This record gives sequence, C-alpha cells and structure tokens, in this order.
Amino acid sequence: MLKMQDVSKIYRTELIETYALRRFSLEVAAGEFVAITGPSGSGKTTFLNVAGLLEEFDSGSYWLEGHDVRGLSDDARSRLRNERIGFIFQSFNLIPDLDVYDNIEVPLRYRRLSGADRRERIGSALELVGLASRARHMPSQLSGGQQQRVAIARAIAGDPAFLLADEPTGNLDSLMSRQVMDLLEQINDMGTTILLVTHDPELARRAQRNVHLVDGQISDFRAYEPRVATPGAAGSAGVIA
Amino acid sequence: MFGYYVRLALKSFGRNPGISALMVLAIALGIAVCVMTLTVYHAMSGNPIWWKNDRLYAVTMDNWDPNHALNPRNDLPPPEMTYKDTQFLYASNIPVRKVVMYSTEGVISGAGSGPPTQVATRVTSADFFAMFEVPFLYGNGWSRTADQPAQPVVVLSRKENDKLFGGANSVGRTLRWNDHEFRIIGVLGDWFPRPRYYDLNGGNFQEPDDAYIPYGWGAELELQNKEENDCWRPEKLDNFQDYLASDCVWQQMWVELPDAASRERFRSFMYGYWADQRRAGRFPRPQNNRLSNVAQWLRDNEVVDNDNRVLVGLAFAFLALCLINTVGLLLAKFLNGAAVSGIRRALGASRRQIFAQVLIEVGVLAATGAVLGLALAALGLAAVHHLYAAAHLGQRGGYQELMHFDAVGVIWAVVLALAATLAAGFYPAWRIGRLSPAVYLKSQ
Repeated sequence: MLKMQDVSKIYRTELIETYALRRFSLEVAAGEFVAITGPSGSGKTTFLNVAGLLEEFDSGSYWLEGHDVRGLSDDARSRLRNERIGFIFQSFNLIPDLDVYDNIEVPLRYRRLSGADRRERIGSALELVGLASRARHMPSQLSGGQQQRVAIARAIAGDPAFLLADEPTGNLDSLMSRQVMDLLEQINDMGTTILLVTHDPELARRAQRNVHLVDGQISDFRAYEPRVATPGAAGSAGVIA
Repeated sequence: MFGYYVRLALKSFGRNPGISALMVLAIALGIAVCVMTLTVYHAMSGNPIWWKNDRLYAVTMDNWDPNHALNPRNDLPPPEMTYKDTQFLYASNIPVRKVVMYSTEGVISGAGSGPPTQVATRVTSADFFAMFEVPFLYGNGWSRTADQPAQPVVVLSRKENDKLFGGANSVGRTLRWNDHEFRIIGVLGDWFPRPRYYDLNGGNFQEPDDAYIPYGWGAELELQNKEENDCWRPEKLDNFQDYLASDCVWQQMWVELPDAASRERFRSFMYGYWADQRRAGRFPRPQNNRLSNVAQWLRDNEVVDNDNRVLVGLAFAFLALCLINTVGLLLAKFLNGAAVSGIRRALGASRRQIFAQVLIEVGVLAATGAVLGLALAALGLAAVHHLYAAAHLGQRGGYQELMHFDAVGVIWAVVLALAATLAAGFYPAWRIGRLSPAVYLKSQ
C-alpha cells in the first residue's frame, strides 16, 4: 500500500549537503499501525513529509496505493493528499480564525463535496472525537487535548487511507496523550493505516511495528503483538528484530 | 469555491484589520487621484461628436498679416473668417449642410413676469441644429428660408426656457429680443457638448448659448461677435457696413461633407476663391486653406494642453507608488500567514488553489479599494468644482463644468482598481503558492 525503495532526500546549502533520508526503504501494508522513532534530526519528520507528499525526494521510488508519485503533477499530488492522507501535527495546526466546524471542513471543501455530505462527515468525525457540542468553538477556546482531537477529526473526516501523525502527543500531558493514543488506536481498528512519528518509546510500543531511524536510515525494526486483529498483514523491508 | 474564498478573504481582513485598512486606503487613494485626473482628461479630450468626425469640418482661410503669422508656432490660420469670405463660401452647394455663425449678447424681455435678462445668443444659419445634432425638447429650428430675409423666430435653450417659462412648452409664444419681437419656435433638450467644439471662444468648456436667432439678423441688427473681432491691420470702421467689408475675422464656418469627393470639390472651390482674391490683392500669405475635422480642430486649438497630459502621467505614477506599497503590504500579510497556507496545502489544496484564494482575497481588497476610491474621487471632484466655481463667481462654463462624476469614471475606477491591484497581488500570490508547506507545519 505504501512502498518506498531507496528514497533519498537531501537538504542543500551553499556549503554542505545533508542527507535527511539515505536510501530509505519501507513497506507499510493497509491497516498497519507503524511507529517511527529515532533521535532528533534522524529524518523522522522528513520521512513523514515525503510520505505525505508535502516534500519531493531526490532519488529512489515511492508508490502510494500503486501510484508512482514521482511523476505526479502538483494538482495530482494535492488530490491524492486530500483524498487518501490525513495529517496530525504536534502543534495541532488548526487555522486560528476558523471555528471547529470550519477547520474540519477545509479538506472537504478542497474535495468539492456537497454541503450535505460535508455536514454529515463533519458530524460523524466530531462524534467520534467526542466534540460534537464544540462545533462552533474557536480553537483558542479549547484545551490542547481538545484541539488535537479537532485535528484528528479534521484528518479523518475525509475518510483517508493513511493517517500521518507527527508527535501528536508532544504538546499534551500524560492523560491527554493517553486519550489521543486511544483515539488513534480506535481509528486504526476501523481500518485506517497509521504512521506515527514519536520520541516516546511507551507510545511506540502501542504500535504494531516500530521503525527506528538514525541518520536517515532504518537502524532497527521491531514488531509487537497485534492489539487486535488487523485487516491487513504487516509487511516490511529490512530486518525484523 | 469562489464564495468560500470570498468568505475566507473577509475573515482574513478581520484577522489583520490594520494592515488590510492600510492596503485599502493605499489603493483607494491611488484610484481616487487617477479617476479624478482621468475624468477631467476624458472630458477635455473627448470628441463629443465623434461619429461625425469624417463629415464635419471647420473652414478656415489665412488672410492674416503677410509678415507675421497669427500663430507663428503652428502656422494655423485664424479660427474665424471675414464676413465677405463666409458669404461667398456659404453660397456653395457642395456641402450637404453648412453653418455660418457667431455668438453675441442680447436682452430678452416681455417673457413671463421676470425682469429683462441678458442672454448669450447665437446668430446662426439654419443648419446649425441638424449639423451638430442638437436635440429638441419642444418644436424645431428654422429652415434656410428664414435666414435671409431674417424671420423673427428664436430657439431657446432648455435652461433659458426653464428660467422664463418654468419649463413649460413655450413654442408659439413671443418674447422681445433687443426690443424686437420674436416667436419661439423651439426649445432645446439637454445639450452640453464638452468641449464646445463648434465655438471654442471664451473657454473650451463654455455652456451652449441661451438663445438662437437666424443669421440674417446679424446684418439687420448690426450684431457683432461678443468674443472675437480680430483685425491684422488698422481699418476704417466708421459703421457696420465698413465692418462687414473689412478684413477683420469674426465669423465661424462649418460644413458637412459626407465623402472624399465632396471634400475634394470643396477644397478646390476654396482654392479657386482664394486664387481669385489673391489676384485681387487679398490673402497676401501663402495659401493656407483648411478643412479641419473635429478631432483635428480640437488638437489645433490645444483643448487638451500638455499640462493635463503631464498630470495624467503623474496620477498614474502616484497610483504605481500606491500599488508598490500595496505589493509590500500584501507580501508582508501573506508571508505572515504562510503557515495557514501550509496547513491548507497539507490538507489537500494545490498551488493553484492557494494562488486562486490569495488572488480572490486581493480582488476583494481591490473591490473595497475601488468603492472607497470612488467615494474619494467623487468627494475630490466636488471639492475642485466648488473651488473653481468660487474662483469664477458669476461666470458660466470653464473647468468646473468638468468636475462631475460620470458613468465612465465609475467604470474606470472599478477596472483600474481590479486590474492594478490584481496585477499587484499576482507576485505575492505566486510566492505563497510556491512556499514549501512542510517548513511551516513544523514551526507553527
């Protein structure tokens, strides 16, 4: 479902070239919950940006649901991102002057869904994250945990195949973090593939598979017992420890 | 998506009211100055009878001093002609219409209950109304037979009719013009050609005359041109007959020539007359007969002077300055909001959609600027109108007549604001669309 083969991403300045990803290969099957761990600067976020089609890569191949994304136009990449990928960020990234409802509506607008369809999807997403009563609240009126749940609602409202989460609990206390992780597990149980970038080994252990990055390369794979039966089998490249 | 983008634009203004207000003000000021200048320029440079530009011709012949041209700079003949020359040329049957005329002053009395009033009066041959397509509210003009011998008929302007008869249909009523009884046969409709191309004496933007009487009354009542009586040499002018026989210029002549053949024939006719007169000792200067169409006539008489053109240039320079500032402000505003664009990109917006959203926000700014610019321009034009009116107290016509807002001005404002501001917003919109969203997503 997601396959990267020898992907390299290089950041260049006038003086130096830095490999954020170096011949990086990974396969993720539908329905998997994969944690990406590693120290700061190891390339976790770069991987997520490349996987989420937010950044181009310099060499290698990347197939997303069978699409070779390398040759896609910006319009096609944006459409794929809009329809198949949901993002959750550490700092929530809600649009401050839009209320909860309008924030969740943003990706649905770009998909040109009808008003009724949008309303239905937003209602369901808000129900799932337990914020149906806060639809007209502004982000500034919500706690951090609530804001992250709104971000999750926005990410899943379009019914994506992938959910890419970059340190989603990084700005939350332990109670809120647990709630968010519970929610992610619930979403994964519904069949959405989740790629979770995290520093926290405890959170990583809640995933089915842990991919550890160092210097833009995979240094370690670790598979855990599945929480529950998942729709797809876990696939991977490299060594499973 | 358009409605959605407009809604986002309005929200964006709410988020940055200060910077948004500054941009609107910059656009509005630039637009207002441009529209004011262009409105005046348009009015001054317009050809009010452009559709007859290839048919109407001012007739002039150079009978001036052999040693000194009247207009050394451009070698133009005098804009008026002598009485005897107009009489000869007027006799030609080549033009389909022909007008010989001048403006004089008269006093109207015996109409209504008001006191006698002085009125600007055009002494003109009959074709004036048809040739210059003058609209009538009531009645009509007179026929050529009323010119000579002169019939006691008069046509009033709408304004004069309003003043004398409260706007009622006065056709058939009589009044006294310089103590002679005249019957009113027509009242003009609203008619104010700007500039007053057919007679530029006394100001390019003078109002049309208040009353019109047949040309024959000029000689009959010994009426002189109230504006222009120029003689290039001392002449013995003991009585009106001397004046008619003199080489002084004071009569205007226009002809309507529908095609190139008639124009050529009339030119030949003029040349033949000029050659005969020259042999008889007149026209000492080189042949300089002219048939000037309206556009050429306005150019020759410098109705739009260079100062106005420079002013238009300066106004556009000011607009450019305002727009450069607006570009800076737009860049600052949109780069400041780049993180939100990054979020939108992550959620599926393409570069094109971000570009469109930013351009529509700029368009909303432009529309707001245009509305404010229009209001400022209207205010500015009204202020200048009052200033001119105060400076020319008691006088009619002049530049103050141009200081009014018209539909063309409104269209200019909107088109200018949209085109200029969208052009100004193009670069910021492109820049925002090209930003890498990943940078802003992490740093948000």
